[in-house]
Amino acid sequence: MLEAIGLGSADELFDSIPQDLRLQRPLNTPAALSEIELLDRFEQMGARNAGAARISFKGAGAYSHYIPTIVDHILSRSEFFTAYTPYQPEISQGTLQTIFEFQTLVCQLTGMEVANASMYDGSTALAEAVLMAERVTRRSKAIASSAAHPQYLEVVRTYVQHAGIHLELAPFDERTGQSSRELAESVDDSTAALVVQSPNFFGCIEDLQALADAAHAKGALLIVAITEAMSLGLLRSPGACGADIVVAEGQSFGVPVSFGGPYVGLFATREKYARQIPGRLVGEAYDKKGHRGFVLTLATREQHIRREKATSNICTNEGLIALAATVYLETMGRRGVQEAAKQCAQKAAYTARAIAGVKGYSLPFTGPFFNEFVVRGPGKAVDLLARIGKEKGIDGGIALSRFMSDRTHEFLVCVTETNSRQQIEALLEALRTI
Amino acid sequence: MSITKVTSHISPNEQLIFERSQTGRIGYRLPALDVDEVELNIPDEFRRDDDLEGMPEVSEVDVIRHFVRMSTWNYSIDVGMYPLGSCTMKYNSRLNERVARIAGFANLHPLTEEQDAQGALEVIYELQQHLAEITGLPGISLQPAAGAHGEMTGIMIIRAFLDQRDGAAASHRRTMLIPDSAHGTNPASAHLSGFSVKTIRSTAEGLTDLDHLRELCAHGDVAGLMLTNPNTLGLFETNIKQICDIVHEAGGLVYMDGANMNALVGVARPGDMGVDVIHLNLHKTFSTPHGGGGPGCGPCCCTKELEPFLPVPRIVKSSDSSFQLDYDQPRSIGRVKAFFGNYGMMLRALAYTLTHGNDGLREATEAAVLNTRYVAAGLVEDYDKPFAGSPMHEVVFTDKRQSRKGVHTLDIAKRLIDYGFHPMTIYFPLIVQGAMLIEPTESVGRQELDQFVAAMRSIASESVEDPELVLNAPHNTRIGRLDEAAAARKPVLRWKPDTD
Repeated sequence: MLEAIGLGSADELFDSIPQDLRLQRPLNTPAALSEIELLDRFEQMGARNAGAARISFKGAGAYSHYIPTIVDHILSRSEFFTAYTPYQPEISQGTLQTIFEFQTLVCQLTGMEVANASMYDGSTALAEAVLMAERVTRRSKAIASSAAHPQYLEVVRTYVQHAGIHLELAPFDERTGQSSRELAESVDDSTAALVVQSPNFFGCIEDLQALADAAHAKGALLIVAITEAMSLGLLRSPGACGADIVVAEGQSFGVPVSFGGPYVGLFATREKYARQIPGRLVGEAYDKKGHRGFVLTLATREQHIRREKATSNICTNEGLIALAATVYLETMGRRGVQEAAKQCAQKAAYTARAIAGVKGYSLPFTGPFFNEFVVRGPGKAVDLLARIGKEKGIDGGIALSRFMSDRTHEFLVCVTETNSRQQIEALLEALRTI
Repeated sequence: MSITKVTSHISPNEQLIFERSQTGRIGYRLPALDVDEVELNIPDEFRRDDDLEGMPEVSEVDVIRHFVRMSTWNYSIDVGMYPLGSCTMKYNSRLNERVARIAGFANLHPLTEEQDAQGALEVIYELQQHLAEITGLPGISLQPAAGAHGEMTGIMIIRAFLDQRDGAAASHRRTMLIPDSAHGTNPASAHLSGFSVKTIRSTAEGLTDLDHLRELCAHGDVAGLMLTNPNTLGLFETNIKQICDIVHEAGGLVYMDGANMNALVGVARPGDMGVDVIHLNLHKTFSTPHGGGGPGCGPCCCTKELEPFLPVPRIVKSSDSSFQLDYDQPRSIGRVKAFFGNYGMMLRALAYTLTHGNDGLREATEAAVLNTRYVAAGLVEDYDKPFAGSPMHEVVFTDKRQSRKGVHTLDIAKRLIDYGFHPMTIYFPLIVQGAMLIEPTESVGRQELDQFVAAMRSIASESVEDPELVLNAPHNTRIGRLDEAAAARKPVLRWKPDTD
């Protein structure tokens, strides 16, 4: 082939790169491994992750739920996972129709009118929601509940730092674990949005209706973030409570915890704000013969057309993970999502009650919870959890001190439909004996 | 000239899942609830009362057929060449997929304590090391989830650096220079970081106009330059060193958009060119699958000087050889994503790096450039090639000749579908009228390149002999060209029961 294009050597392919800028040596990366060697290396590294093999009660933004076997089979189809962004609709209808269904499912679950084709994850979706609230309201202050996931708040802070938006944090109620009265009361005429997570970082369900009313009374938007999307199978949708923008981490829907990613951000809002949405949107369209199809639409919001005036810089999103969520939600369906949610709530209620009965343990917050709750233990939570892990092979939760240094004795426990009664009893036994 | 069609796209109609739904049908089974059911401490007004009406009720086989049927309407790399310029659609090894599904990684919770996640942290650390070697830039964060996210991270790092270096005076340095040929994400990312954008002209040869760059750098307001190299015309910016010098002398920093790194891996390193910060697209250059639009992974790589500004946590190796999370970075721009980023993509990219080996990485680059040159040589007689320079991993042509007969780039792209190929990138870069940006990648052999060239040449003849045939393409897809303007005028963005 070199000959066919009139070159004598592969080096000549790079003649336009000045000689002094070319790497004059081989890359100092390892020599090639065979398939056998490679798998062996990764299996060994995987085996050094003791946490992956334990019975787990960890949540806080990443949840272990049942994943129907067919989810990974569908994802693994070449036609889906080796396709690009559906820029040529005639040969991308599989991806496009899937995204249209995804957008519909997100609307149904959140109670909103429009949803986009996905964001990177829940945390970046929340940051984009705050930026969008500024565009919609032309106001520059966002007030967030400090009972939102600390990492989500960090991401919001990073995103808004140069956007002229002032982010204020309102304390949570130490008794209920819910956002405090101060949050609702601090909304004023310069507030673009109230930002609240429900269930919040402590697992407590917020009174979204009251917060929506407080926000709307001053012309602000209510942004609701959800890290445990499974809660939508049981709890009143944020849309029904008056939320203006709903963002969620969709990992609970058919996606393994996989050390934090890839996950999928859900982003939904009211129809009147559709042209302010960040990211891609798929809409219905027809060809000359009247056949229904789907296309990427309202692209004039996006960076490839609007450049610096775009609603966001996002281009690549989480298409394949949105597909996973779509397959999951369609397989579980109307009944399955509700049943899984109910089991989560029932098992968590059972576990919480039982833990509160163990000597030395209590539940510090009184607010209602879905499948996650805070436990106060007799000693330092970090040490306690380390011992349970090492001695009993149980991952008993997440020490709050990792996020809030003064909460040394408390830890967050999450229970899902995948935690059997036996596992729950094993956790209780561990707490009793350690 | 006879062309073998690689595929066709005729398959049965498949409704929306909501239209297939049958009340009472289910496709899942959970174990019976094994704890005593209690009245939940959740007030009624916090509970859903719509019974999720409208959500699908279907069986498992309904779901399987639904998605398998829809999948047949998609073109994919595994079907054939996907020559989307600037997108680097290369083969996605199944081995990498297997690696990402190893239970020790897939079942690992992101908040697992460091000592119980040493293998996972090692993967991040090792990939960082390799990317540092490949780019010549030692500071790496794998946290950004995609290219645009990496750009935003890189530009925020530049801003943080300038704010620290110049103090209050930095407020006068808020201009980001971006060539007119750049990806749209560049100006959008600059804007997110609080910069205003000034556009640099390209020369007639398709390279950055140095005189214009000097002129723009003369006012003391330049924070930096965002440059893609090779640029989006597929040309290496031969004056890259001089460009970096000009920007540096003006007090700015140079950001390189690494979307086109597939032309450089193992051959040349941005760090050696004077670039300060770059993002990579693991979902392009390092072959992690594109998944119909993501997930991606957009590592940010920078100089030693900029390293303190990278997002936290940093993943570091301590003196006892264990891997740790380092949050103690007071100058960091902050966190850009929850947890560590798109970890599954890091596993795949490391597997790609290790299976290719150092020589294989360079060979892939050579093949990618060679394939492009081969296609360029094959098309130059039939299509207008606006720039004389030798292309690297992608090449731009235009519809100049065909448009005389009323056949435009969009039509050529649609006709290519009839020949069984995914079209090239069209109408980008914006500075080239009727642009067709072709990137074959290394994952195509000579036979398929010949087929592609033959298809393109055949379309060129058709454009003269039977333009209508091209103008009405595609002819054998499940649906024809969709009315996108009507779709945007009155958007229908979700299914509703009453729209049926």
